[in-house]
Amino acid sequence: MIALEVDAIDVHYGDFQALWGVSARVELGGRLAIIGANGAGKSTLLGAIAGSRPLTSGSISFDGRDVSKLPAHARVALGITLVPEGRRLFPSLTVEENLTVGAFRRRVGPWSLDRVYELLPIVANLRQRRANQLSGGEQQAVAIGRALMNNPSLLLLDEVSLGLAPVIVQSLYAILPDVSAEGTTVLLVEQDVGQALAAADRVQCLLEGRVTLEGDAKDLDRDSIRAAYFGV
Amino acid sequence: MVWVNAVVQGLMLGGLYALFACGLSLMFGVMRTVNLAHGDLSVVAAYGSLALVDALGWSPFTTLLIVIPGMAIVGFLLQRVILDRALGVSALAPLLATFGLSIALQNLLLQIDSPDARILPIGSFGIGSWRISSQLSIGWFPLLTLGVAIVVLLAIELFLQRARLGTAMRATRDDAATAQLMGIDTRKMYALAAMLALATVGIAGVFLGMRTTFTPTSGSDYLIFAFEAVVIGGIGSVRGTLAGGLVLGVAQTVGAQINAADPILIGHLVFLTVLVVRPRGLFRSSVLA
Repeated sequence: MIALEVDAIDVHYGDFQALWGVSARVELGGRLAIIGANGAGKSTLLGAIAGSRPLTSGSISFDGRDVSKLPAHARVALGITLVPEGRRLFPSLTVEENLTVGAFRRRVGPWSLDRVYELLPIVANLRQRRANQLSGGEQQAVAIGRALMNNPSLLLLDEVSLGLAPVIVQSLYAILPDVSAEGTTVLLVEQDVGQALAAADRVQCLLEGRVTLEGDAKDLDRDSIRAAYFGV
Repeated sequence: MVWVNAVVQGLMLGGLYALFACGLSLMFGVMRTVNLAHGDLSVVAAYGSLALVDALGWSPFTTLLIVIPGMAIVGFLLQRVILDRALGVSALAPLLATFGLSIALQNLLLQIDSPDARILPIGSFGIGSWRISSQLSIGWFPLLTLGVAIVVLLAIELFLQRARLGTAMRATRDDAATAQLMGIDTRKMYALAAMLALATVGIAGVFLGMRTTFTPTSGSDYLIFAFEAVVIGGIGSVRGTLAGGLVLGVAQTVGAQINAADPILIGHLVFLTVLVVRPRGLFRSSVLA
């Protein structure tokens, strides 16, 4: 069963075309990793799916429903939740307030404040701390927790590893099994190829706005990935 | 004792300024919009109240029942019809749009009414007071104004801190794009902020109209005081707005003791000093405004 279908989308920033006929599909409960170099269009793709970037052409369907014209806040109500690149926590709010804002749409599901604190003990210890007083790793944990509070059916993770120590990155990715166990479909963008291959079932590589490779994570070899990543 | 009296009067005057500045602070904090029609909108509220007083014979206090929701509706319309579109044009456009609105409102009021000074009648309540000593008396009306200001500001602070919509509004203030990604419809947040802001403007306008005379062009003077209160107190902080209003009020009344010729000037000098010494205001909002 296909949860997310991205059908040949073009996305522009003004006159600059960032995505050229990009397609992708994710099975319900599956995990797709999008890899590629800086500027390949990975974050743009996630933004297009989340609704923060408009499509010039093509369409995006979620759960069989065309969401291409829906504004971002309406997509959140359907369960599409993005953990943005750079965390983007609300700086003047406390950690707990950031988490409760994540539940603004009051979607029903297994995730609650208590469960998020249980899954991410770092976050539990910081609940009254202002978000602008956290380290990078702490912020990332809170950002993921905030997304979980929406009880997502599609979780979009944008460069979770950016700027973080490998140990912390591993502890964050370690929660993915719990997320998938609830039936949530996951789409993650990663610059760290090793991490991407370990975390996902399927992988797609973007280069300059086009898909250059796709396949099951376990089938892809390093050489073909390197070729697709750098375009050599 | 004379100084104590000056401070006390200043605190009560400051309450009115704080009430007045509250709406400005809210709109700037949430929407990054400077509403240059702010003062004129409070005068509109005063004229609205006057119309109800003349037509229905109500006391100005009773007219608040109509003026407050009426101003909230005006706020909603202001946001949807003017500011929403202006925000889409450029960052400067809302400023220009509200400037135009200010001029339009002043002239509209001149057309409907006249340049004559008006006042909202409250009878003997307006001059009643507690006489504490030969040099210190506390007027009932100024005290009520201060009380109302504190209650309104407290209510807004509680809303922002505790209510689900209030937290969503603070999130929108911090980062509107990310707020959208949380499922918050920022247009609705802006409309809510505008409605709340103008409801407080309505209260401020009616109290202002009861305290002193007003004309169609009075709005500009009040706008300056509102700005000064917001800047002194710190942009985006409700507590700051209260503090800013009180400081400005006291500066003016104490200034009147020092130099009766131009008490307003002393208020401006205090404002300038704060701007130079502590530009973020007394209560620094932890949000980078």
